Amino acid sequence: MERLLEIKNLKTSFFTHVGEVKAVRGVSFHLDKGEALGIVGESGSGKSITMMSVMRLLADNGKIVDGEIWFNGRDLVKLSENEMQKIRGNEIGMIFQDPMTSLNPVLTIGDQLTEPLLKHKKMPKDKAIERAIEMLRLVGIPSPEKRIKQYPHEFSGGMRQRVMIAMALINEPKLLIADEPTTALDVTIQAQILELMKELKQKINTSIILITHDLGVVADVCNRINVMYGGLIVETGRTTDIFYNPKHPYTWGRLRSVPNPKTLVKERLKPIDGQPPDLLKPPAGCPFAPRCDYAMRVCMTHMPPLFEVGEQHKAACWLNHPDAPKVEAPVGRRHV
Amino acid sequence: MEKKVLISIKNLKMYFPIKKGLFGKQVSYVKAVDDVSFEIMKGETLGLVGESGCGKTTTGRTIIKLYEPTSGHIIYDGVDIAKFTPTQMLPYRKKMQMIFQDPYASLNPRMTVADIIGEAIDIHKLMTGKERMERIHYLLNVVGLNSEHANRYPHEFSGGQRQRIGIARALAVQPEFIICDEPISALDVSIQAQVVNMLEDLQRDFGLTYLFIAHDLSMVKHISNRVGVMYLGKLVELAESNELYTKPLHPYTQALLSAIPIPDPEEALSKKRIVLEGEIPSPIDPPPGCRFKGRCRYAKPICAEQDPEFKDVGGGHMVACHLY
Repeated sequence: MERLLEIKNLKTSFFTHVGEVKAVRGVSFHLDKGEALGIVGESGSGKSITMMSVMRLLADNGKIVDGEIWFNGRDLVKLSENEMQKIRGNEIGMIFQDPMTSLNPVLTIGDQLTEPLLKHKKMPKDKAIERAIEMLRLVGIPSPEKRIKQYPHEFSGGMRQRVMIAMALINEPKLLIADEPTTALDVTIQAQILELMKELKQKINTSIILITHDLGVVADVCNRINVMYGGLIVETGRTTDIFYNPKHPYTWGRLRSVPNPKTLVKERLKPIDGQPPDLLKPPAGCPFAPRCDYAMRVCMTHMPPLFEVGEQHKAACWLNHPDAPKVEAPVGRRHV
Repeated sequence: MEKKVLISIKNLKMYFPIKKGLFGKQVSYVKAVDDVSFEIMKGETLGLVGESGCGKTTTGRTIIKLYEPTSGHIIYDGVDIAKFTPTQMLPYRKKMQMIFQDPYASLNPRMTVADIIGEAIDIHKLMTGKERMERIHYLLNVVGLNSEHANRYPHEFSGGQRQRIGIARALAVQPEFIICDEPISALDVSIQAQVVNMLEDLQRDFGLTYLFIAHDLSMVKHISNRVGVMYLGKLVELAESNELYTKPLHPYTQALLSAIPIPDPEEALSKKRIVLEGEIPSPIDPPPGCRFKGRCRYAKPICAEQDPEFKDVGGGHMVACHLY
């Protein structure tokens, strides 16, 4: 497998009037060509900021403090804004969460779709329009010749998200970053979009990074998962490892806090008590320790490293230390 | 569980007029809720699911009379309140309360938590002075906050805590019936479970009846005794929740349930998903016949002519489809 993206020790902070918010606190992972990676975590876990750092689309007060982002042989952290613009929308496409606000309301769909072609590929206008129509057809928009002249308000939410996907994929990027692409959509429309993404992954062989809080969505689309909490990756592994043999108490908590629609016996949900950490004053130890049922003394003072717990499977929890007490995981039905 | 009907909804319709031109000539209607009938038993949780625009929220708001229903009956404990004036409604407002979707928009930012919770107590003249304050502190404890929070303002709280304040406000007048309109969809997953568990505890402790409106099908199944499915202003299916999720009859329910992403990679791989073509049509002057016919795999000629009757096909499993 060929490496497409390799992130090494990424740290991103926001400098606010109350101090430095350490949103991403040392994240390393990689993505191979043709792979779909899921990033799971709750609001404030740093999942979106990690990918915004890759795109170099941070707000003005945000800054990559440390780390390297190797994409296709180049370190994106070191590129100038001009060079970055050649990558965005060309080699890396991005789909944002809210299809209602991420399209420009005063430009037609056609204008917005052809922009990356005109800009990056210097394609003649008529060719670009042809390609845009082809792309709209690919994402399942009926009568694209007519729709291309319309404005975003004439499209429904699901249709707008299809337009966003078409726009992100029109230059056949090597990497597609989808930030909660279906969160704002209804479940039947979500099903359409997920099927579409899987189909497109096969057809154009794009690598996908899918950011979501929905475990059902990653189970469906992704090969591998990074679980993030408090600005760190707390567990990473193949999708089956994370679901069937999770090794971090936060992953356990997440898996237990959602009802399984398949169970017929009513079981009480097991919420994770407490609140996520304040990243203005990140804790010295494990960020999950204050909410963790299994926390030991060491957890409060020392950040656990990512322990190797299996092939491609790592977890940042002291329970995986050889000297730690053995704890039976409360979830993970089958051990693989 | 005792099977006493608390609320009976009969042929409820809620049409919103569309007006055009300088003099506001009425041109047509948005038929948001169109001839919906169901019953809510005392002490149960009835779930109401459907996609955006299907009329589930409007149904909830009409039952509590935030809208004046176009026609139909809302029979609460034997009394039809559908045509009641605001003054006549006042005693019923004490019995029926609502928890809203957006904990950021549903709390007045200029009021303290104590005033937000106490407002209903004042309106109904239930308590004053020290007794009122004690009640507020008690309610804050019930929803897992503490009495120190009483003098703070909403912006000082997180989403989950705000939703707890909204719940405390609903409980302030000791209601019998609470409409929960998407109470957890604005919250983070780990916080959702906290709020759902709390709603279950409160139901047990205070003998509450819930109408739980949401689009998260797995959560609705978890909390509800029975679940109703709405599509374009119509109730298309209603059954006991396990029955509905294991044996869905209406083609729309089947598609809706198959679209739930299952948090299990092997099942996700083996699952056959019914992907619906197209989107929900407009509720403005919908064509006659079954509302779902345009997207239905089993549509027959009769579906275009006749509105399917909402009927019991055995054991309280209601469905509106010509297949049955």
